[in-house]
Amino acid sequence: MQTKRQKIKDSYLLYSFRRDKVAIVSATILALFLFAALFAPMLAPYDPYDVTSIDIMDAEIPPSWMEGGESRFFLGTDIMGRDLLSTMLYGLRISVAIGIGAVFLQAFIGIAIGLASGYLGGRVDAVLMRIADVQLSFSTLMVAIIVSAIVQVAFGVGRYEQIAVPLLIVIIGIAEWPQYARTVRASVLGEKNKEYVEAARVIGLDSKRIMFSHILPNTLSPVLVISTVQVANAVMSEAALSFLGLGMPVSMPSIGSLINAGFEYIFSGAWWITFFPAMLLIVFILVINLLGDWLRDVLNPKLYKG
Amino acid sequence: MQLLEVKNLEVSFALRQGDLVALNDISFSLGKKERLGVVGESGAGKSVTGFAVINLISKPGKITNGEILFEGKRLDTLSEKEMRTIRGNRISMIFQDPMMTLNPVLTIGTQMVETLQAHRKISQKEAEAVAVKKLERVHIPSPARRLSQYPHEFSGGMRQRIIIAIALLTDPSIIIADEPTTALDVTIQAEIMDLLQELCNSEDMGLMLITHDLGVVAEVTERVLVMYAGKIIETAKTSDLVSNPLHPYTRGLMNALPGHGTCDTANRLQQIPGTMPNLTEIAPGCSFHPRCEHCQDICSSEVPQLRKISGNDSRFVSCHFAEEGWQNG
Amino acid sequence: MFAFIVRRIIQATVVMLVIGFIGFSVKHQLGDPVRDLVGISVSVEEREALREQLGLNDSFFEQYGRFVSNAVRGDLGYSYFFKKPALDVILSKAPATIELVFVSSMLILLLSVPMGLYSAIYPKRFFSRLAMGVSIVGVSIPVFLTAIVLIYVFAVQLHWLPSYGRGDTVNILGWESGLFTIDGLRHLVLPSIALSSIMLPLFIRLIRAEMMEVLETEYIKYAWAKGLTRKRVWLVHAFKNTLLPVITVGGVQLGILIAFTILTETVFQWQGMGFMFLEAVERSDTALLVAYLVVVGALFVVVNTVVDIVYGLVNPTVTIASR
Repeated sequence: MQTKRQKIKDSYLLYSFRRDKVAIVSATILALFLFAALFAPMLAPYDPYDVTSIDIMDAEIPPSWMEGGESRFFLGTDIMGRDLLSTMLYGLRISVAIGIGAVFLQAFIGIAIGLASGYLGGRVDAVLMRIADVQLSFSTLMVAIIVSAIVQVAFGVGRYEQIAVPLLIVIIGIAEWPQYARTVRASVLGEKNKEYVEAARVIGLDSKRIMFSHILPNTLSPVLVISTVQVANAVMSEAALSFLGLGMPVSMPSIGSLINAGFEYIFSGAWWITFFPAMLLIVFILVINLLGDWLRDVLNPKLYKG
Repeated sequence: MQLLEVKNLEVSFALRQGDLVALNDISFSLGKKERLGVVGESGAGKSVTGFAVINLISKPGKITNGEILFEGKRLDTLSEKEMRTIRGNRISMIFQDPMMTLNPVLTIGTQMVETLQAHRKISQKEAEAVAVKKLERVHIPSPARRLSQYPHEFSGGMRQRIIIAIALLTDPSIIIADEPTTALDVTIQAEIMDLLQELCNSEDMGLMLITHDLGVVAEVTERVLVMYAGKIIETAKTSDLVSNPLHPYTRGLMNALPGHGTCDTANRLQQIPGTMPNLTEIAPGCSFHPRCEHCQDICSSEVPQLRKISGNDSRFVSCHFAEEGWQNG
Repeated sequence: MFAFIVRRIIQATVVMLVIGFIGFSVKHQLGDPVRDLVGISVSVEEREALREQLGLNDSFFEQYGRFVSNAVRGDLGYSYFFKKPALDVILSKAPATIELVFVSSMLILLLSVPMGLYSAIYPKRFFSRLAMGVSIVGVSIPVFLTAIVLIYVFAVQLHWLPSYGRGDTVNILGWESGLFTIDGLRHLVLPSIALSSIMLPLFIRLIRAEMMEVLETEYIKYAWAKGLTRKRVWLVHAFKNTLLPVITVGGVQLGILIAFTILTETVFQWQGMGFMFLEAVERSDTALLVAYLVVVGALFVVVNTVVDIVYGLVNPTVTIASR
């Protein structure tokens, strides 16, 4: 029964996907981006981390089709003389890694707390959900900015940059768990009171196991919908932190720090250093959001509001 | 002149797959102070019929054919603004679930006063006075104090009384009650039905009672329409219909009623086999034939017309064998 | 209702104590109050004497208790860079941020309510589709990019509006306000548009979704059946029910605006609390950093508590349940 329903759902997903042009285009672009991020070292014409290959004399060369552009730097170079296209590919790689890492972390924490809260109930549930309320009432970005600022002051900029990637994953990931926790808790509570759990208990089966084997499939679609939006949010938060100088260093830039580095040069004419990374960031977040919207419409899960 | 006359009404829902006919050639009338029952299973089109009268069918449905006459005037062609002067003023509605019908964030007083003020030039004070009077009429204790309370402070039965009071505010000519007691406890159901009946008598109102419960219809109404899959299949005086149902479906409904069984094994309830078809998959011929125990060849090929039964002017049945008696078929 | 408010205030106090604890821990680990006071050119003995005198050798919790009692009296430490009490520094920067948030919130409210309601009532019209399309693009553009684009177009290319700073301000009862001079208002335009750009789409989508849900309910159908006017059904019956979730989510979102002020203020060099905070980070001004943490934390807690209480007042069910 479950598998049959799942099959119908899957084929419905595929059916509505084929009918929706926006979803197809978004998914294609996203797949391209993810591919580019994954294989950046192979795709990029230069290695932006290789200090020996960078010549400061190449700095601020405009894109190849403009006057003064050079064919070896298709999108031009940044202020340090790195090939912009290569740097963007590596930057995308870092942004994607941080975004997905952060979402995995928050999903893990959230699902664990949600299961515990829903299953144990009582005081544990009350306390955990109160904490979730409080946590949710604070802006994630605010928490991330303050925590990264404190860590940066504590460690100094040099040390901070060395551990920036795992640190940003933790900082961005840690604050957003309540969304997952509430959704998972709601479906645990929903299942807990269903007859089959009661029936399983009456005939002496392990009701816990049966329950969880039902809960996990049921939470799958809300978790999926939340996660798409959360990846977009995490990438945005990382970009914001990097833009403020609290994220990735310029020597190992994410898209956000590339934008930050180029920002000062925009008004002196070197617009491309900011423009291309900015477009990359916007398109990346936009396609994820569009896919998230489409998924929400199709799966129509019961998301916890407010 | 009848108070309300519906002629050849057709309602369809424009869906992506094409038009779906929800009501097919519905004709009936309602006289002054008359109490008419509309019976059928859920999905038969009873509610849609009720909402069609005040032209308030949920999208994407709309009236695609026929006329609705109220006091001789066409309702279905009225503009939205003109229609508004009828709705809740001359024709009031009572909805099914009193827990969902009242707006949770507005006080009872607000919801009553606004109805009056929508249709009369009347001050807040005067409107409140009328509201109190009507609440008294439906036996709500200390009504003046109740005006400032919110819906959730009332029980389901009390809320349905309030909704009836709202329906009475403008002294309408017709009340359309759509399953007014379905969502209530059995004991309260009887109270509400008695109240409705009493009010119709004392306030000179016509009542169109939409329900799936033939028992309620038998107690309250004078005339009855039986609907099946978007059509009227039998209409008669309530007493005639109850004593001698002519359509197999009507008889099935009667048999399913405790205390009205006509089958041999006393006190055993019978059910009609199968379920009512979806509107998208109505069988050719008589739409009831797949469930009918007396089904003949003609039933699956020819659509039976709603015919007058000889010897009874108020009796119409759409069954090929209504007169010769399908019991033996 | 009273018990409800008391519960909320107790919760707010607990949260503030936790924030204070975090702030104090940071200060305890990172800060050097002696350096903050006298600089680094003082002998070791003198420092030690000063440490003893300031109670810095007391136990952690004694010091925390002192920190809290000082904080309650408005003493949040001393900024070594500004040579002023940290709270004074923050309060001198607060008007700039508050005015920015205020103008942005007004923009958001005045635009999102009509646009959200319109696109819920007429979901198929061109304008509604346009609004939904633009709004998803809007949420996908980071605030700092919107800000950069605005500066590039309206300040650098068109020269219509100033690109940075607050412009002329007037001092009204100790409040440096930019709302009462033409120049101040002109300086407010771009930053407030940038700041609202992230929240406006969210609000439009939220109001639209809630309103559409409400329009499908039985009580709205009943309101039509009572013969009420469209205006009455939409603006009283439907909108009032839409308001409840919008207040809860909206209140939190407006709090989140404070976070985005840091980004906006950075791009526009707006001399507010966010700009000051980043400078404090660069200068390792721990006392100021902690003071900012406490003040912003308090701001969040106050906003949320007020939202909760307002929700309780608007929602009749809550009021009665705890009467």
